[in-house]
Amino acid sequence: MSTLVFIETSERKIRKSSLEAVCYAQAMGKPVTAIVLGPAESTEIQLLGKYGAQKVLHASDAKLEKGISQVYASVLAQAMKDENADVLVLANSSLGTPVGAKVAVKAGASFASNVVDLPTTANGFVIRTSIYTGKAFAHVELKNQKKVIVIRKNAAELKEVGGTAQVVNYSPTLSDYDFNTTILSSEKATGDILLPEAEIVVSGGRGLKGPEHWGLLEELAKTLHAATGCSKPVSDMGWRPHHEHVGQTGVKVAPQLYIAIGISGAIQHLAGVNSSKCIVVINKDADAPFFKAADYGIVGDAFDIIPKLTSALKAAK
Amino acid sequence: MKILVCISHVPDTTSKINFVENNTKFDTTGVQFIIGPYDDYALARAIEIKEATPGTTVTVINVGTAETEPTIRKALAIGADDAIRVNAEPTDSIFVAAQIAERAKGYDLILMGRESIDYNSGVVHAMVGELLGLPSVSPVMKLEIEGTTVKMTREIEGGKEKVEAKLPLVAGCQEPIAEWKIPNMRGIMSARTKPLKVVEATAFSPLAALQKFELPPAKGAVKMISADNVAELVTRLKTEAKVL
Ligand SMILES: Cc1cc2nc3c(=O)[nH]c(=O)nc-3n(C[C@H](O)[C@H](O)[C@H](O)COP(=O)(O)OP(=O)(O)OC[C@H]3O[C@@H](n4cnc5c(N)ncnc54)[C@H](O)[C@@H]3O)c2cc1C
Ligand SMILES: Nc1ncnc2c1ncn2[C@@H]1O[C@H](COP(=O)(O)O)[C@@H](O)[C@H]1O
Repeated sequence: MSTLVFIETSERKIRKSSLEAVCYAQAMGKPVTAIVLGPAESTEIQLLGKYGAQKVLHASDAKLEKGISQVYASVLAQAMKDENADVLVLANSSLGTPVGAKVAVKAGASFASNVVDLPTTANGFVIRTSIYTGKAFAHVELKNQKKVIVIRKNAAELKEVGGTAQVVNYSPTLSDYDFNTTILSSEKATGDILLPEAEIVVSGGRGLKGPEHWGLLEELAKTLHAATGCSKPVSDMGWRPHHEHVGQTGVKVAPQLYIAIGISGAIQHLAGVNSSKCIVVINKDADAPFFKAADYGIVGDAFDIIPKLTSALKAAK
Repeated sequence: MKILVCISHVPDTTSKINFVENNTKFDTTGVQFIIGPYDDYALARAIEIKEATPGTTVTVINVGTAETEPTIRKALAIGADDAIRVNAEPTDSIFVAAQIAERAKGYDLILMGRESIDYNSGVVHAMVGELLGLPSVSPVMKLEIEGTTVKMTREIEGGKEKVEAKLPLVAGCQEPIAEWKIPNMRGIMSARTKPLKVVEATAFSPLAALQKFELPPAKGAVKMISADNVAELVTRLKTEAKVL
């Protein structure tokens, strides 16, 4: 038996979240096979061995370049059979999660998503998942021999084990039926750090007064190599794009450091940030509820503090 | 056209989460239940399509015990024509998807929320699509029907994607697909007499079992830093929190 890991690529590069998935599978102890769909750079494929994959299946068919969940699910279900894999691990994303769900149905497997750490096996195969938007956890036993596990960021430590993987070309059977969705076009901020994967996030709220002030925040973010986020009203008013909206009804982030500026800390916003390791709050109102959820706080005016913080960071480099 | 909207019955977004019975049961004390916020978008879009396309009917479905009926009635008050309740505890996503798929045959459009806010799995739409052999797309921010073709905009990490598929289809919805609708007095009155059919769940052997719930550890007290000493924050983040 082996563990199969779905590798998601973006611009022919492997997503960091997928490397975490390889580490997760590696830590589970069985031989790890990673599967890459569509064209990918060979140097990228080599990385998979370093993180613990013994084998890499590469289906380089150009038809697989665009991530259609139905197509990917069929290929992964075939690969599970071919590789005699009883567990499939995927990283949570707009592609990975639906693909995992479909494979679970096809394989009749037990399924869990939002998995936050490694399984325990002393009392059945039990995983811990995040529920109620980060407000609680559930311990769930996956009863079937076959399992599909969708992990969240930080579910496993990202570390190199220094191996090399055997790379095998893989030619799955593709059926026309699976191409039931057509991706017409996509718009994507390129080169930027993706918010769900970022280790540092700088987020702004209504306290920043208007989109014209985002330059300040972006400068701070650039100094920190951080992604930028915002509260819901900020994206509702069109100051920032919707995909930057953090919270219960937006992106859930789990960075090492979350810096919230001019955000009051409504419970729906906190639901999206409560998996952050360290939270810094900057708000001019000492009674802002966000301070209760913070590790560090500064009471002050954003327009005064942000430039000071940016230059203090530059000075400390 | 026949539209099916799947609604979950979930704690209000401001709820404090607690558990009882040795951390094996959700504590409903003082908790207000609502239609899942994303499901509300799905319902609103369905009503918009119904208003624009004569002959369209909207059915809502929920997998849940009798406690969910006020939530279902609210969906009827918002404008759905009739409702189905599958009488079962919604224990796991595959189970819920199997129950919905069983009743979803014959509908042209099956709308759901992008995710429920209790389990946040964001998978029931993908599973229902798979079970019925239909395309499924999520999270959908825009959905327009042209004949039998559905044009959608879907959010992806760092951007969005334009997607097209044919009816029948399953979609998981999120803002700004439609404006939430608030029931009016007439809606509330008529909802009382709209049909709500209760059906029993079909047999299904569970693939997963909940062992217990757990609350995250309490957060330590916030450390305040003076606005005149921003450099200290940088030092603390480096040496104390070790996140820089
Ligand atoms: C169902 C539902 C779902 C929701 N989902 C989300 C979600 O996913 N994400 C989300 O963010 N919200 C969500 N909300 C909205 C949420 O309840 C709050 O309304 C929202 O988070 C407030 O945004 P804000 O903090 O930017 O604005 P405000 O609450 O207006 O706060 C602005 C803050 O800025 C401070 N401020 C003002 N000027 C300055 C200055 N010069 N310098 C420093 N600080 C300053 C103020 O003291 C205040 O604390 C949801 C609401 C509902 C009902
Ligand atoms: N018990 C339920 N009854 C009906 N629909 C549900 C139920 N649970 C989830 N759904 C639908 O499936 C969507 C995705 O849920 P989930 O996969 O649990 O995050 C929700 O937004 C609802 O539209």
